[in-house]
Amino acid sequence: MEKKQTIIELTQLGKVFHTKDGSVSALENIDLQIYEGEIFGIIGMSGAGKSTLVRCINFLEKPTSGEVIFDGQKLSQLTEKELRAVRRSMGMIFQQFNLLMQRTAFQNICFPLEIAGMEKSAAKERAEELLEIVGLSDKRNVYPSQLSGGQKQRVAIARALATKPKVLLCDEATSALDPSTTQSILALIKDINRRLGITIIVITHEMSVIEEICQRVAIIDDSKIAEIGTVEEIFTRPKSAAGRKFFFPGGAKTRELTGDRCIRVVFDGGNAYEPVIANMILECKVPVNILFGDIKNIDDKSFGHLVLQIPDDERTKGRIVAYLQEKNLTVEEVIENV
Amino acid sequence: MFEPVMMKFLGIGIGETLYMTLLSTFLAYVIGLPLGIVMVVTDKSGIRPRLLLNKVLDVIINILRSVPFLILMIVLIPFTRAIAGTTIGPKAAVVSLVVAAAPFIARLVESSIKEVDYGVIEAAQSMGASPLDIVYKVLLPEAKPSLIVGSAIAVTTILSYSAMAGIIGGGGLGAIAINYGYYRYEVGIMLVTVALLVVIVQIFQETGMRLAKKFDKRF
Ligand SMILES: Nc1ncnc2c1ncn2[C@@H]1O[C@H](COP(=O)(O)OP(=O)(O)O)[C@@H](O)[C@H]1O
Ligand SMILES: [Mg+2]
Repeated sequence: MEKKQTIIELTQLGKVFHTKDGSVSALENIDLQIYEGEIFGIIGMSGAGKSTLVRCINFLEKPTSGEVIFDGQKLSQLTEKELRAVRRSMGMIFQQFNLLMQRTAFQNICFPLEIAGMEKSAAKERAEELLEIVGLSDKRNVYPSQLSGGQKQRVAIARALATKPKVLLCDEATSALDPSTTQSILALIKDINRRLGITIIVITHEMSVIEEICQRVAIIDDSKIAEIGTVEEIFTRPKSAAGRKFFFPGGAKTRELTGDRCIRVVFDGGNAYEPVIANMILECKVPVNILFGDIKNIDDKSFGHLVLQIPDDERTKGRIVAYLQEKNLTVEEVIENV
Repeated sequence: MFEPVMMKFLGIGIGETLYMTLLSTFLAYVIGLPLGIVMVVTDKSGIRPRLLLNKVLDVIINILRSVPFLILMIVLIPFTRAIAGTTIGPKAAVVSLVVAAAPFIARLVESSIKEVDYGVIEAAQSMGASPLDIVYKVLLPEAKPSLIVGSAIAVTTILSYSAMAGIIGGGGLGAIAINYGYYRYEVGIMLVTVALLVVIVQIFQETGMRLAKKFDKRF
């Protein structure tokens, strides 16, 4: 990104729910900046606070501390009416689509325009245009019950875009869809981001979604942000325990296998066609045991990591590390396993 | 038994019964529909929680619902006289029918509206819908099929109450059944009125169900 203009800023955001069985702290000290035009991912396990976070961004949920600053305005200082106007510039889509079941696809898309008070013929024109954008012009007069999951989400996207929002919030938008439908919805979201320049916030518990469309990602774990960074950064070198749990899901396994010396070799964009490990074994004449590996091939470059078990002596280790570093790989000793 | 006079009598009875039932249902909805909406909206999980108001209305509805209709009619005699100017005949019966049916309808409406998926309400809020928008453009249209089924239940319940109103001079088919069947042991007439009541109930019920199905786009 050339110029990073912040569109949404969260400062020290916190949310405590008071329930019968005491209070639940769903968000703590969240600091986040979302830049205009980016696709920002928020990933976390179930119950981490993702939905609460996204609902705080459009103030469907009032934070109990901290601020949400959207386009320069502190949302906490707005009246209900002003808040409703702000929400029109933040579209939202959901896991369960949440379409009006008694309205056709077309009428669903008209809904936000009606409540925004748009004149009928203008609303009709806009709705037709949106049906076109999401590729559902032929389903104009069909009720949601007759649409597939993917088609429902397309209607929901069209509806969320109707009032020309600056931001689109997606809360697990693909989690109820099968893999190929997920792909097509992600492609649509990416396309919308590119063509319309809308900033997109993607909430998910799935790594693949982040990998597919996001530029930057925040990991949320146990109500807090564990780390924020570009997708490459976090994919290759997660700093937090939560990050490692997500990106190196085999981490737990290596714990049982330590005792011997282990190293982690991080691939962050080297040539995928060079058999680095095999060459290293031949060159250094040492046996190694691959304990865990997760390498992805993106644009003919390797991203990911391997955990290798190596002979337990300093000199051998030195040779291996030197060889790998020469090949521009990052090597770290696995001491305390995650 | 079926001499012309009797036929005319039954005809008047049907007319009075329909008049009482339909007018009472209409008026009871005028009170019960907004009341039901207010109950949902002010509930603690509603779009405008107002717990005290909600509790007060809840208690009033429960009290009115728990008084047996016959007793309610007697208790309401002074009120009925003040409103309708008389305590006998179909017009007077309408007063007690409305008082008895409005809280019942409020409950029916409440439960229909509560069936609307919370996610849809949330989606509307995320688009900047006001509480009024949500009531008129989300809750009522989305609950429409269920509200229609509820109205079929309401109208048939009010019909059976109206027959009861016949006992204390309310008129209609109920009065005929009482006067002929109970006081004069003319079982034939009584059976005819019962059959007529059954047919009317069937018609309302069937119409309601068909309309609900016609309007429901969920399937
Ligand atoms: N309305 C609520 N009342 C009480 N607790 C809630 C409420 N909403 C969410 N929570 C709690 O907050 C935590 C985070 O929930 P949520 O944001 O839905 O997580 P996620 O979307 O990451 O799965 C959970 O512990 C959940 O039980
Ligand atoms: Mg969630």
